[in-house]
Parts: sequence; C-alpha cells; structure tokens
Amino acid sequence: MTKVRARLRKTPLGLAIVIGFFVLGLVGPWVAPYDPLAIDLLHEYEPPSWTHLLGTGDNGIDILSALLHGARLAAIVGVVVVGVSVLIGTLLGTWAGYAGRLTDHAITGIADLVQAFPAIVLNIAVLALVARPGLMHLIVALAVNGWVLYARLARAETLTLREREFVEAARALGIPTHQVLVRHVIPNLLGPLVIQATTGLGVVILAESTLSFLGLGPGKAVSWGALLDQGTSVLLRFPHVALFSGGAIALSVLGFNLTGDWLRDRLDPRFR
Amino acid sequence: MARMMSPGLLRYLAGRLLRALLTVVGLITIVFLLVRLIPGDPVEAILGDQAGPEEKAELRRALDLDRPVGEQYLSFLGNMADGSMGTSFRQPDRSVWSMMSDVLPYTIVLAIAALLVAWFVAIPLGTIAAAQAGKGWDKIASTVAVAGLAIPNIWLGPLLILAFGVKLRWLPLPGDDLAGPEALILPAITIGTALAAVLTRQTRAAMIEVLAQQYITAARARGVPSVALLLRHALRNALLPVMTIGAAQLGALLSGTVVTEKIFERPGLGTLFLDAFFARDIPVVQGCVLVIAVIYVGVNLFVDLAYGLVDPRVRLS
Repeated sequence: MTKVRARLRKTPLGLAIVIGFFVLGLVGPWVAPYDPLAIDLLHEYEPPSWTHLLGTGDNGIDILSALLHGARLAAIVGVVVVGVSVLIGTLLGTWAGYAGRLTDHAITGIADLVQAFPAIVLNIAVLALVARPGLMHLIVALAVNGWVLYARLARAETLTLREREFVEAARALGIPTHQVLVRHVIPNLLGPLVIQATTGLGVVILAESTLSFLGLGPGKAVSWGALLDQGTSVLLRFPHVALFSGGAIALSVLGFNLTGDWLRDRLDPRFR
Repeated sequence: MARMMSPGLLRYLAGRLLRALLTVVGLITIVFLLVRLIPGDPVEAILGDQAGPEEKAELRRALDLDRPVGEQYLSFLGNMADGSMGTSFRQPDRSVWSMMSDVLPYTIVLAIAALLVAWFVAIPLGTIAAAQAGKGWDKIASTVAVAGLAIPNIWLGPLLILAFGVKLRWLPLPGDDLAGPEALILPAITIGTALAAVLTRQTRAAMIEVLAQQYITAARARGVPSVALLLRHALRNALLPVMTIGAAQLGALLSGTVVTEKIFERPGLGTLFLDAFFARDIPVVQGCVLVIAVIYVGVNLFVDLAYGLVDPRVRLS
C-alpha cells in the first residue's frame, strides 16, 4: 500500500493536473470556442462531435466552453476562499497560541463551535439568509468555516515555536510581540500552511461544486457543479453532460490531493 | 454498573456532558445570531422587493423581528426548549419539529446504511492489506482508497445510477418506488465510498500496529493458524478505533445525506432543508441546522462516553 502511494506521490501527475487547472482557469474563457450561455435550441443535448468536442447541454450550450468558463469560477473561488481562510486562520491561530489563557480559550471555543456543524450545512445556512446569493456571498459562506483548519494548525505550531530558544531570545531582547510574531513565528508556519492550503484548494473547489450542484451557486455564472446538476436531471437520456462536468470536478480534486501529499513528502521532514 | 463508576469515571462523564451541553447552547445562540447578524433583511429575502409594507410588517411580527433582540432570544430559546422549534412559514399550522420528525427516519436509515457499506468494504480490505503489506492486495486496497477519496459524491451518485440503474437495470432509478431495501443500496454506496476509503487506511494502520505486538508473535510461536491469528487475535484489538466514528467522518456522513437525497430524489432531512432554503422558510432552516448539529454533537458525546467506559486510558488524558 505504501509503495503504490509513495509512487503516486513521487509522480508529479497531481502537479500537472494542478498547473493545467490554473492555466485553464486563467486562459479558459479566451480559448473557449463558444459563448457558454449562447442558446442553440436546434442542437440541444447532442453527444460529442467535431463541432462540439464534448457535446452540448441544456439549451444547446457548448459543454467544453461551459467547462472552461467554470474552471475560472472554480479557480477564483478556490484561491480567494483559501487566501482569506489562511490569512484569518493564521492570525487567529498564532494569536491564540502565543497569547494563551483567555484568548486561547475564546478562539479555540469559537473554532470548536464552527466545527460542530457539518461544513456544507453551515454554508447553506449562511446562504439561506441572502435574497440572491452571488459570488461574494458564496466566498463568505465558504470562508466562515474555512479558517478553522488553518487556525488549528497555526495554533499548534505556535505552541511549540513559542518555547523555542530563538523566540525566547527575541522576547528577551525586548522586541515587541507583534514583531516577534511577524519575524520569527509566522515564517516558520509557512511550510505546514502551504501543504494544508494545497489540499484545502481541492476541498473548496469541491464545496463550491457541491453548493452549485444543490442550486445555491452564484446566479448566472457558469459552474461545474451547476452543469453537473443539469446533467443529472437528464442523466437517463443524455449521460455525457454529467460525465464530463463531474469528471472535471473529480480530476481537479484528485490533482490537489496528490499535490498536497507530494508537497508533504518534500517539505515536511517528519514524512521523509 | 454502579460499582464500576469510580470517581474518576464520574468526573469524566460529568465533564463531557457539561461540554456537550455548552456546545448545544452555543449552537442555538449561533443559529439565532446568524439570522440577525448577516447583512440583508430576511423579510425582503422571503417576500422579494415587490411586497407592500403591510405584508412586510405582518411577516416581521410573525418572525418576532419587531421585538427587542433580548426578547427574541428568550422566545427562541423557549421554542427550542419546548421541542416545537417554532412554526413553519409555509405551513403555519405545523411545528418545525413535526415536519422534521416525519422525514428524520429516512435520513437516519440512509446514514446507517452508508456506515454499514463503509465497514463492509473497509474492514476486510484493510485487514487483508495489512496482512499482505506491500503485496498484491495491499496495492489494490491503496488504489481503492485513493480513488474513493477523489471521486466526489455528486459525481459518484450519477455514475452509479448510469451503471446499475440504466445499463445493468439491477437496481431502481431515482423516483422509482422506495418500498424495498434495494432502493437504499446506491444511495448508501454514494455516501459510504469516501468513508470506506478513510476507514480502509485506518484499519490497515491499526492492524499493522497490532500485528507488530509481542502477543501476536507469541501466538504465532504457539502455532496459532494465521487466519485465526488475524481474525481472533489481531482484528479484535484493531477494530475499536476503526468502528469509532470520528467527528470528521460523521460530518461527511451527514453532509452526504443532503447531497444524496437530492440525487436520488429521496425524502429526508436534507430534502426538507433544501426545500426550506429555496422557500426561505427560515424557522425550518434553523431547525434543520440545529438538529443536524445536535445529532453531530450527540453522537460524538456517545462515542466519547462509550470509549471512556470501555477504555480506562481515555479517562486519564
């Protein structure tokens, strides 16, 4: 088991998928052959052909174009949500770990409460309170529980870093707390945070797809999850819509999982 | 039973109960605050911008939003305490709890079926993988685990329907009659696959740890046949941590039911939750969030308590 996993981790297949994902997210909408919202009722739900490489979907939209535009949405949501979560999580986690006592109890308590909801249920509850959920609301909903993971990680690492000699020395020299944190503690957190954030990107992309699949995605934007939802409703007659859109989601998640494992092996000495 | 209750155990039980109670009160408060803290007016969200001021005022009264926040909180707590959890907007004659208790059994049966699927796959596969570490079955188990974790349930569900419902015609399609247990198979696999992947890895790791212990070497030296060694001596001790559902897996299980009920068009808490979401029936949304969270906290509490009873080491840490 370890051998296969080790081999899978060594091959940068995951990295290739991740790079491909970001490249498509960047250039996708420009290279897309059609407008993903263009209606062509005469060619609805056609199987793959030379004019429509992945076939057509609801209202005759070109699936390849929709997937390319969806890659951008997934990339934006993934990067923004993970970025905001890492920022908030690192600040709160470091603060909790360094200050200890009451601050620590308060922050850990909030984190525990947020984690007492299954993630997707909390996301839906937040979105339920908005009349027309848009991209911003989706990002906020995903960040509401996204930060907890990074806060726990940052707190745990800070607890051990706090006792290390170089941090104690910095404190003894009278360097103000915020500078000790920024110069000496946070730089040492970066490795574990990068590993966690890579896997976290896959988690957020899946969460975005799931929310869009459930019909809670941002309005008109083309999303893989929304496309999969359409595909599921016509699954029995036109399976290609669900196959391709779901495949795009699965491949991206696999890519980020493998890359996270691979980075862990390379960056974390405990796994060598 | 009473004789087993040492002071240490009692303190442990009381501590865990108190923490669970605090969590539930915290959850109720958060659910209450969510509606009031998030920008935007829930009344507008429900009625849309076409509604007249009278209509809005009436809904505001029905929602208790016209009263001071402290009073709102107390009446919200009252609704939670008397078990009704408030009244649905869509069906004013029904309490939120009565709507939930109608569909809860479907969700619980589905979650248990998914858990059984996961155990049924993970325990044998993880055991064989550990017994043959590095060889054939181990590689198969590893591939299954990687694939199981990568396939999202929103895709797996449709794939299973295509394969077993459409092509092979072995199992019912979504929307078919739900009477038989066979309608439960595909939904349970949809949720259980990711869990099976996690538990396969856990079983394998636990078995490898147990197999390295001295009593196993001793048993092997006594000439205990290898199958009996695996099943009777090793698996027994490796199983406890595997069958203990961790908080993360339970969360995945509950989230999974929301998605799967939609894919397979099944009634349940997830379907009620989503319907209430689209109708902006906020009391029902609140009730569902709370019930799911309380199930989550409750199962975690139960697992912790059971562990504390079975394994004295837990109480000390």
